[in-house]
Amino acid sequence: MAVPERFEFFVDPGRCIGCEACMQACTECDTHRGQSMIQLDFVDRTGSPQTVPIVCMHCEAPTCAEVCPADAIKRTADGVVQAARKPRCIACNNCVLACPFGVPKMNTGMHLMMKCDMCYDRTSVGLKPMCASVCPSQALAWGTREEMLRLRPNARPVNAFQFGLQTIRTRVNLMVPLDARAEMLDVTSAIHEPTIGRDVMEDVFVEGLPEGMA
Amino acid sequence: MIQRDEQLPVGDERGSAPPDGRPLAAQPKWRRDFPIDWPHDEWVSRREFTRFLVLTSGALAVGQLWIAAKSLLGASAPAAPELQVAKVDELPVGRARTFHYPAGSPPRILVRTAAGFVAYDQQCTHLLCPVIPAVEQGRLYCPCHEGWFDLETGRPLAGPPQRPLPKIRLKVVEGRVFATGIEEQAR
Repeated sequence: MAVPERFEFFVDPGRCIGCEACMQACTECDTHRGQSMIQLDFVDRTGSPQTVPIVCMHCEAPTCAEVCPADAIKRTADGVVQAARKPRCIACNNCVLACPFGVPKMNTGMHLMMKCDMCYDRTSVGLKPMCASVCPSQALAWGTREEMLRLRPNARPVNAFQFGLQTIRTRVNLMVPLDARAEMLDVTSAIHEPTIGRDVMEDVFVEGLPEGMA
Repeated sequence: MIQRDEQLPVGDERGSAPPDGRPLAAQPKWRRDFPIDWPHDEWVSRREFTRFLVLTSGALAVGQLWIAAKSLLGASAPAAPELQVAKVDELPVGRARTFHYPAGSPPRILVRTAAGFVAYDQQCTHLLCPVIPAVEQGRLYCPCHEGWFDLETGRPLAGPPQRPLPKIRLKVVEGRVFATGIEEQAR
């Protein structure tokens, strides 16, 4: 049993309405029942209601597996990066820290890393992943590439990412506007860093910095 | 797209791309020993290991039962037919001769003692050297490793042999000596 090559996962953040149905459906997945592996990120929480569902992108060179000291994270022949093998995982948290997309989750109670495995029990037998089957706006969509290009003429799939000096190619696609020229998406640009330090000081001291702080 | 097909031997499964982009064959040994790709990993799950243990132990148990059954059946196998091996007249007291019983068997030795006839397998139970009768001493002698057997019972007396010589049952009828069976004697 393997996920057919022609079926791909398409994530379109522009369609996400933040309903959290995917998170609820994810808890129904039999490979990690009761726990949601999807994280709903706010792009800029103070300025916009826009959310982005984060599922595992299933990299061709999975960083989580590269950093695993226990050889616990494996990628099956169909390109799906599986959750850590229970007998091998030592709960060291390396994968959680290393993943460019912040996907793996550490279940400290079970001493086991758990992550989105594209609902392997479903997709390997021809069903859609749980999240894609419930997403009302199809921000998480499962299907063939031809189908997606036909249904969404104003977007195109991109599966290359830049993370620092690392170029990442993934099995899961992110939909970008058709006229966007970027061939790669910079992962770090989506990381929201709250203002700290001097910026805060400047916010607080609107009148100008106190003496000795300039 | 990275050309995945070039990174693996022909006919192999689709593999992950190492960060430096070089083919798997050019990667350091540790990366080949600990591949990320499931098909390349010599993963033995607990269930597979348990199956291996159960099946090999089962095979050993079946083999033991088969050996036991075979020895039980062999013990109840019909004895070879009686065979005339000598005439009383042609073998004076203190002399011996060899014979084959049943036909085609390893040589057996027939000895005439003062008390009568005895016959044993001629092969020493240590390393199958032929034993020599020493009738004056009431023993059988194996010259290979100085092994001694009791002439009356076939029990080992000295030297390396641990098991008694298989004894041939004899019957004397009308001046003729017949072999009637083989006793596999207990130690």
